[in-house]
Amino acid sequence: MFDELVDAMTQMRDAEALEITQTLLDGNADPVRILNVCSEAMEAVGKKFEAGVYFLPELMMAGEMLKQISEKVKPMLKGQSEKKTAGKVLIGTVRGDIHDIGKDIVSFLLEVNGFDVRDIGIDVAPDKFVEEIKSFKPQVVGLSGLLTLAYDSMKDTVQAITEAGLRDSLKIIIGGGQMSDKIREFTGADACAKDAIDGINLVKEWI
Amino acid sequence: MKERWTKISETAAEKQERQFEAWLSAENVSFVNSEAEIRYKERVTLFKDAIQMKKTPRRIPVVPSLGSFPIEYAGISWYDALYDYEKLAHAWEKYQEDFDPDGSHTPRTMPPGKALEMLGFHLYRWAGGGGLRNDQEYQFAEAEYMKGDEYLDLIDDPTGFFLKTYFPRIFGELGALQKMPSMPPIHEIPMVPAGLLPFGMDDVKSTFAKLSLAGDEAHKWLAAVNGVGATIMGKGCPSFSAGFSKAPFDVIGDSLRGTKGVLMDMFHHPEELCEACERLTPFMIKCGVAACRASGHIMPFIPLHKGADTFMSNDQFNTFYWPTLKKVIIGLINEGIVPQLFAEGSYNNRLELIEDLPKGKVVWWFDTTDMTRAKKTVGRNNCIAGNVPLDILCAGTPDDVENYCRTLIDTAGKDGGFILSSGAGVQGSKPENVKAMIDFSKAYGVYK
Repeated sequence: MFDELVDAMTQMRDAEALEITQTLLDGNADPVRILNVCSEAMEAVGKKFEAGVYFLPELMMAGEMLKQISEKVKPMLKGQSEKKTAGKVLIGTVRGDIHDIGKDIVSFLLEVNGFDVRDIGIDVAPDKFVEEIKSFKPQVVGLSGLLTLAYDSMKDTVQAITEAGLRDSLKIIIGGGQMSDKIREFTGADACAKDAIDGINLVKEWI
Repeated sequence: MKERWTKISETAAEKQERQFEAWLSAENVSFVNSEAEIRYKERVTLFKDAIQMKKTPRRIPVVPSLGSFPIEYAGISWYDALYDYEKLAHAWEKYQEDFDPDGSHTPRTMPPGKALEMLGFHLYRWAGGGGLRNDQEYQFAEAEYMKGDEYLDLIDDPTGFFLKTYFPRIFGELGALQKMPSMPPIHEIPMVPAGLLPFGMDDVKSTFAKLSLAGDEAHKWLAAVNGVGATIMGKGCPSFSAGFSKAPFDVIGDSLRGTKGVLMDMFHHPEELCEACERLTPFMIKCGVAACRASGHIMPFIPLHKGADTFMSNDQFNTFYWPTLKKVIIGLINEGIVPQLFAEGSYNNRLELIEDLPKGKVVWWFDTTDMTRAKKTVGRNNCIAGNVPLDILCAGTPDDVENYCRTLIDTAGKDGGFILSSGAGVQGSKPENVKAMIDFSKAYGVYK
C-alpha cells in the first residue's frame, strides 16, 4: 500500500493517492509513516523536476496532493510529534511589485517540504522586512519580484537588513522572471534562484 | 467540417506582399518633409528584408521593447501617464526624439485610468483609482476568474461567457451584464420581446450608460495617443507593431484560470482545456487581422507567457500550448499578416518544436533564449529578434551593453533575418544604456 501511495503521487494520480491514504487510515496505519512516505514521493518528484522530466504542473500537483493528504492525516497524529520543522523562511514580494504567483509557489513548496514559512505578502517595504525578521527570526529571507523596479527595491531591502545589524544572521535569496546573477551581485543577496526547486534546494543546503 | 488553419494557403505569399506594400506606402501618414518619408520607407524596408529573408537588409533594424520606459524617462508619474493624456503623449514623443529607434510604439499600452475606474476594472491594479501609488506601474492581479467546472460554458459560447460571466467578475460596475440574453435564440418574432426585456431594466440601463461614458473617455484618450503616433510616423519612424493577439492557452492561463489553475487543469480537465483553446483560436486570429487591416500594418504583437521552458514539458507544450498557437500563426499568415511572437522567458527547449514554419512569415522575438541556438534552428527560416537582457540594461554600463550587442550581431545577426531588440520592456534601464544599445547597433549592424 505504501509503495502504491508513492507510485500514485509520483505519477500524478491524485484521486487515487487520496483514496489510498483513506484506506491506510481506515486500516489504522501509522500516520507518521504515511507522512514520511509522502515526503519520499515529494523527493522523487523534485528529482524528476531537476532532471527535466517534470515541470511546474507536476510540482503544483504533487504539492496539492501532499497538502490534502496532510490535512487528512494530521488529525490522526494524536500527540505523536510531527516531524520537526526543517527551518524558518521569511518571504515577500519587494516594494513596488505586487506579483504574488512566484512567491506563492515557492512558499507552498517550502511548506510542503517541512519549512516554517512566514509569507509577508506583496509590495513589502524594506522596513517591514526588517521588522518581520526581528520578530520571526528566519534563517533565510526570500525576496521576490517580477518587474525591473524590483532590482532597486531588493537592493534597498538588503541594505536595510544590513543596517539593522541582521545581515550576518541570515541568508538572502532573490527570485523572479528577470533576476540573474548580475542582479544578485547588484542587490548584495547571497543567491539567485533560477526556479522554485532551485530555491528550495538552496534553502535546504543552507539550513 | 474541414479542419482549418493546418496548412499555409496558396495566396499567403501574395497577401503578405500586399500587406507589406500597404505598410510601405504609408498612405495615411503626413510626413513633415521628404527626408522623413525617405527615412520611414527605408526603415520599413529594413524590417521587410529582415522578415522575408529574401535578401540581406542594408543594416540590422534596432528597436527596443519599450514597456513603460518613456514614463520614467520623461519624469512623469504613473498617475500622470494614465490620467493626463497630453503628458502621456509628450513622454512618448520625447523618447522618440531622444533615442531615434527604427520602430516606434504608440502609448496605446497605457490605458485611460478614468475609463477603467468608471467600470470598476480590477483585473489589473494601477496608480490612481486602481489602488497603487503614483510611482507604481500597472500590474496584473491574477486570480481564478473562471472556475474549473465552467469550461463547458466557455466552450459552448465564448462570447456569451465573456459578456455575461467573465466581465461581471473583472469589471465591478458591469454586474448587470449577467442579464444579457443569449443571442442565437433570438431569431424568430416571438423571441424578440424576451430578448429586449433586459434592456429595459434599470440596472442594465445604468450599466450601458456607464459603458457609454467610459467609451467617450476612451475616445478622448485615443485622440491623444493617435496624435502622437501620427507625429512620430510623420517624422520618419514606422510603428513596430499594430494590434495584439495571444496564444489561446495564455488567454485561459493568464486571464481566466490563473497559473496554478491552468497547470492543474492539464491533469484534471485536459480535454476541456484543449477544446477551449480551439474555441478561442478564431477570435485570436481575427483580432490580429482586424488590427492590421485597419492600420495598414503587418505585425500584431503576440506576447507568449506560459509556453516558456519552466512552465511545462515539451510533451505538455505539444499537447496543450503549441497546437492552437500554431493555428493562430497559420491563420494570420494566411491573411498576409506577420505574427510578432514575443517569447517571454526562455524557449531553449522549444526551438526544435517551433522551427517548422514556412520561410519568411513570422518574427520570433526572444527574451532569455540562447540566441546562437535560436539562429541555428528557428533562425534558418524565420526572422529572430532580441535579446539584450534587462539586467545589463538596468545594472550594467554602456560598455557592457555594447559588448553584448556586438556578440549578438556577430551571431544572431549574421546574414540578415534579425531585428535587434531588448529581451523585455526596458523600463528601469539606465537611459545611457538604452542609447548605447540603439546607437551602437545601428552603426555596427550595417551589413557589408
